Amino acid sequence: MEKKVRVLLAKPGLDGHDRGVKVIAAALRDAGMEVIYTGLRQTPQMIVDAAIQEDVDAIGVSILSGAHMTLFPAILAELKAKDATDIILFGGGIIPDDDKTELEKMGVAKIFTPGAPTEEAIKFLREAAGSRSPKE
Amino acid sequence: MFAGKFLEKIKVKFSSWDKNAEKYRSKKSLPRFFTISGQDINELYTPLDIKGSSADDYFEKQINFPGEYPYTRGIHPTMYRTRMWTFRQFAGMATPEETNKRFKYILAQGGTGLSTAFDMPTLMGYDSDQPQSLGEVGKCGVAVDTLADMEIIFEGIDLGKVSVSMTINSPASIILAMFLAVAEKKGVALDKLRGTLQNDILKEYIAQKEFIYPPKPSIKLITDMMAYCLKNVPQWNTISISGYHIREAGSTAAQELAFTLADGFCYIEAAIEAGLDIDEFAPRLSFFFNAHSDFFEEIAKYRAARRIYARHMKEKYKAKNQRSWLLRFHSQTAGCSLTAQQPENNIVRTAIQALSAVMGGTQSLHTNAMDETLALPSERAALIALRTQQVIAYETGVANTVDPLGGSYFVEALTDKMEKEAEEYFAEIEKRGGVLTCIEEGFFQTEIARAAYQFQKEVESKERVIVGVNDYTMENEKIDIPVLKIDKECERKQIAALQKIKAERNNGQVQVSLDKLKQVATDGGNTFEAILECSREYATLGEMCDVLRSVWGEHVENPAAMQVS
Repeated sequence: MEKKVRVLLAKPGLDGHDRGVKVIAAALRDAGMEVIYTGLRQTPQMIVDAAIQEDVDAIGVSILSGAHMTLFPAILAELKAKDATDIILFGGGIIPDDDKTELEKMGVAKIFTPGAPTEEAIKFLREAAGSRSPKE
Repeated sequence: MFAGKFLEKIKVKFSSWDKNAEKYRSKKSLPRFFTISGQDINELYTPLDIKGSSADDYFEKQINFPGEYPYTRGIHPTMYRTRMWTFRQFAGMATPEETNKRFKYILAQGGTGLSTAFDMPTLMGYDSDQPQSLGEVGKCGVAVDTLADMEIIFEGIDLGKVSVSMTINSPASIILAMFLAVAEKKGVALDKLRGTLQNDILKEYIAQKEFIYPPKPSIKLITDMMAYCLKNVPQWNTISISGYHIREAGSTAAQELAFTLADGFCYIEAAIEAGLDIDEFAPRLSFFFNAHSDFFEEIAKYRAARRIYARHMKEKYKAKNQRSWLLRFHSQTAGCSLTAQQPENNIVRTAIQALSAVMGGTQSLHTNAMDETLALPSERAALIALRTQQVIAYETGVANTVDPLGGSYFVEALTDKMEKEAEEYFAEIEKRGGVLTCIEEGFFQTEIARAAYQFQKEVESKERVIVGVNDYTMENEKIDIPVLKIDKECERKQIAALQKIKAERNNGQVQVSLDKLKQVATDGGNTFEAILECSREYATLGEMCDVLRSVWGEHVENPAAMQVS
């Protein structure tokens, strides 16, 4: 049997708008993935530590407050520091196109913006997790 | 309203119409005829759908005249013919200087009220130089650290004339204290100040999640501030009990209505328990609802809200002052309905939503800008949003008559249905132990998350069409409207300004005032005057919140409230 995709979802920063992250959590769960939602106001360190602890394939974060250009790089840096860059980082929120391009260049695997169907996130995760080679 | 004989005739006529209509029903223009909240809607409404309408006192009890109990048709006898709703545009970004500039622009363009948006650190009780604030300063609103920032935001604005609303919750007392200190410095008497503080912490636990302290001390903070304002700032609306955020989080219209009113009753009970007189404080309570896309459902929601509130205030809480029975509300068009795709379409959505709020008798309105799924509004987008209200007010004729849809079989039936659904939720909330228990156990949060997910599934299955998103899409669409960017320098500038204030203020006096606040909070005294004293000394928002955190602790969401559905 194919291994279940494991995903950690979190809200970094101060923003409390959690409609999107909860919808994504429910959709990924209904698509058969194992979803761990760690909640609000998670620091990059908390997120990466939990991701390693839970041995997930991917981390998904939701940011609607405009702080994405600070928070995504901080999570990437934390992944690097903990030698966990094999974990896929993706995210969603109110993120303008220019910033999206820049973040994807930095190493965020995918940014979903308003209106993206959950089906797109499911497809992305299945493919990305399938071709992932976890570090030992 | 309708005599029994008349209804009998209609019944006969209805069945012949129904037989005839059957011929056409094999074809359907839409897969399902239902509201945005998932309620199925009948093909036709007639007097038969209005329950109890044959009773002699039906009209007086259920509908009546505007300005008369139960206020279904509006809180004022002549509504917009006497006084247009307030065009109150929500704004705030980057530094206090830039926000002041935007405020002046809005007023110059015919805005008739102001509404202040604060950044995340301010909303969460942190200063711009605290580590939690990194990357967030000025991003989704204006940064306020001390009284000095509030002085800049309202520089050149006559606070005795313009009413000001401030969207802040956990640190609401602090922001109001700073605002009062600005008024004192400008020489504006506190009893001349008009405005609204959002100050609705319950919906933060339920929906928007910008909370600092646990519920009980948070409510104490609110009743302290209400007690101060009753004596000193009598025209101030002390709480704006908000359904807006509940709806944005994904609730249905009925949930928005029910949860918001339940929150309102919870504050009323807390204030009564704190020894305040209902007929003194209730006239200063106001509400804030979402104006979503389902036109008639929204109108029914506002009409039901007024009727339910009046009934509970009069019958359950025994308020005697008629002004205590009035549900006055601000409304804002639905941010969550806007699309990043073909953003100009958002102008149309907003206009229709705004029209529903007006048809529903709103006292004040914010219209969203077309670019809000991309960033904070650009000046051009904000102007179009304001112009939308002006077009509705002056070109469409809706201000000519009061409650133009009153008596519509459909709208009256829907209003009754909304009221019934809300009452069912009140019973459920009570059965579960009340609002605070429901928050702690995640009842509201789970109900909302479930509705949000249901909606998303309907969109993805195309049972629901969202223009530009799941239908009428455009390949390789390029967004070519201007998008506002917050200057990276903003954070540095704000921190430098804060450090200058910290160096120049009388730090000895600041400490004395903060110690006093700590003492009062620990002893359970009224915190508001102590906060006012701290604000006058230029203590920072973060310093004051830290003091209160040290006494009351911080609220952490219960995992039960994080359930996705």
